[in-house]
Amino acid sequence: MTLSRLAPYLQATPLTLILAAFLVLPIATIVMVSFWDYDSIQIFPAFVFTNYEETITSPVTWNTYINTFKYTVIVWAVTLFVGFWVAYYLAFHIRSTTMQMVLFLVCTIPFLTSNIIRMISWIPFLGRNGLLNQTLMGMGVINQPLEFLLFSDFAVVLAMVHLYTLFMVTPIFNTLMRIDRALVEAARDAGANGWQILTNVIIPLAKPGIAIGSIFVVTLVMGDFITVRFMSGGQSASVGLMMANQIALLQYPAAAANAVILLIIVLLLVGGILRIVNIRKEL
Amino acid sequence: MTKKTTSKGVSRRQLLKGAAAAGGLAAGAGVVTGFPTIWAQNPITLRQFGTGVSNLNAIAEKCKADLGITLQMTALDSDAVSQRVVTQASSFDIADIEYWICKKVFPAGTLQPMDVKKIKYYDDIVPIFTTGKLTPESKIAQGTAPNTVGFVEGPESKVFAKAPTQWMTLIPTIYNADTLGIRPDLVGRPIKNWKDILDPAFKGKTSILNIPSIGIMDAAMICESAGIMKYGDKGNMTKAEIDGTIDFLIKTKKAGQFRAFWKTFDESVNLMASGEVVIQSMWSPAVAAVRSKGIPCVYQPLEEGYRAWGGGLGIAKHLKGAQLDAAYEYINWYMSGWVGAYLNRQGYYSAVLSTAEKNMTPDEWAFWMLGQPAKADILSPEGKVMYTVGAVRDGGSFKERMGAVACWNSVMDEDRYMVRRWNEFIAA
Repeated sequence: MTLSRLAPYLQATPLTLILAAFLVLPIATIVMVSFWDYDSIQIFPAFVFTNYEETITSPVTWNTYINTFKYTVIVWAVTLFVGFWVAYYLAFHIRSTTMQMVLFLVCTIPFLTSNIIRMISWIPFLGRNGLLNQTLMGMGVINQPLEFLLFSDFAVVLAMVHLYTLFMVTPIFNTLMRIDRALVEAARDAGANGWQILTNVIIPLAKPGIAIGSIFVVTLVMGDFITVRFMSGGQSASVGLMMANQIALLQYPAAAANAVILLIIVLLLVGGILRIVNIRKEL
Repeated sequence: MTKKTTSKGVSRRQLLKGAAAAGGLAAGAGVVTGFPTIWAQNPITLRQFGTGVSNLNAIAEKCKADLGITLQMTALDSDAVSQRVVTQASSFDIADIEYWICKKVFPAGTLQPMDVKKIKYYDDIVPIFTTGKLTPESKIAQGTAPNTVGFVEGPESKVFAKAPTQWMTLIPTIYNADTLGIRPDLVGRPIKNWKDILDPAFKGKTSILNIPSIGIMDAAMICESAGIMKYGDKGNMTKAEIDGTIDFLIKTKKAGQFRAFWKTFDESVNLMASGEVVIQSMWSPAVAAVRSKGIPCVYQPLEEGYRAWGGGLGIAKHLKGAQLDAAYEYINWYMSGWVGAYLNRQGYYSAVLSTAEKNMTPDEWAFWMLGQPAKADILSPEGKVMYTVGAVRDGGSFKERMGAVACWNSVMDEDRYMVRRWNEFIAA
């Protein structure tokens, strides 16, 4: 075998090793532990299905998954809507490339702080005696503070949209920038109006970006636990939060089983997205 | 959220180390004797971790000055503490854990029992931790009472003994009686019972804590007070009792009685200080923190009594030789008064009261321990004014508060089932 035939394997080796050590091995461990048994003190090697049984047969799991899906769908829809229009504006309405980059960087400014800080800063704003309520009451719009603003599903969705919209903007902006402007002109010359251009030319061409953004948002929301905990004031559950509670009580096998189920579901979701859209076009 | 405090060795220590090494060289292979303490030739570092309450920098500094032992402290939440004791046994030397955690982790065999003969102040320890009775007449409270997990049967044993033996699992250090915190300016009526948290007037303005093993106890106190449930032992419920309690919690949650569930100290402070809630489960330093912002907050004594907790120091299994001796010396020092006074001044209680009293002024002692009005301003250990002249401690004296304990923080036999149901409550 010549060196030239070996070279690609050698080039791939470092990444393979890193992925094997830090991705494949931990996941294999999680899968293994998910079949172990446990009591309140320790876990024992075993091969039991009780962890899966208890997880799958419990209505709590189903309710929690439904709740997590609810967040995922709402957050996905809102971030897609907001993200697409931000990207559209940046790509088609801002003429100079410099200005585009400046405005794009402006979008990333919130990300200069940690996401915990961004999330927690909503609390004094939305609270019963928070800025928003006080302002509205001062203006005479409402007589009583709006309680649904904080520690509610509304607050969770708001914080997630705030945290994750940029993950939608970036890939969509990227695909929109690659669209050949001649195509838009051709469509116009052929008599298409603005709406037709959007639905027949731009959106189909933006699909890979939309898919990539969707994968980011869906996986982030499905795995989130800290946003749900802080913004719902501990009143709502998510799959991640359920696992965090189990880990806190040393119920590692149960948490591992949960993690495996979540992993499978998220992979299915991602697989579904990839079936619909060929993101290779993007690459 | 891990805070690490490391005190670096001082030059005096290095000097001694150097001197000791030189001494060793001079003596050659001969027998080296006559060192003042073993710490001089071999500087000792003890790695201690535990919940934030007693992992205090001031204690590490004073320990360094008095004993020459360097304490490396790590503060974690109680869940992380139990995990670490079980899963990372070699990562610590001293575990500062609560008694209910002890019940959970001691059988894992990563801690070693301590010989009470080496504990200088053993006979002076508050009897809550040995016989379980504050006074000979008092009843042992429900839950994981410290005396039930305070001893094991022998030096190698993992089985908790029913009565005091020579082998102690934890040396008690710090404990307190918990109750509900209220905003007296916002509740608008006297609060007397645990059930008052269910008052429709406080709809959407209450909170309980979301640490299952502690939250379920507060919930049980509330249910029992409201006459919804009767318990054989609130600290060790049957499945039916757990079901009844959780079902009631879910109903109450759906009716919108709770504003939030908190998990960390600062969350509870913020909920109260911002007026999001007016009555909730609380820990005493959180009440002090709300007050220090100039916002009125009372740690309300209630008729049904308190939910108590206690912690202690345990020694890791792997300690031996000089390190083990140092650990005993540290523990004996811990109980010799300075630390006790420090903890008492924070509103907690220390395990050996007689030595702590000698380190406090008579006025401080009267205020904190006897429940008498302050004759002068009461200062925190850092020197900030906590109470002004004439103030009285919420709940009164040590005997009144610790004598009215209804239940200790605990871990139940049906722990696994309880957690599942608790998750259901949070998900509901």
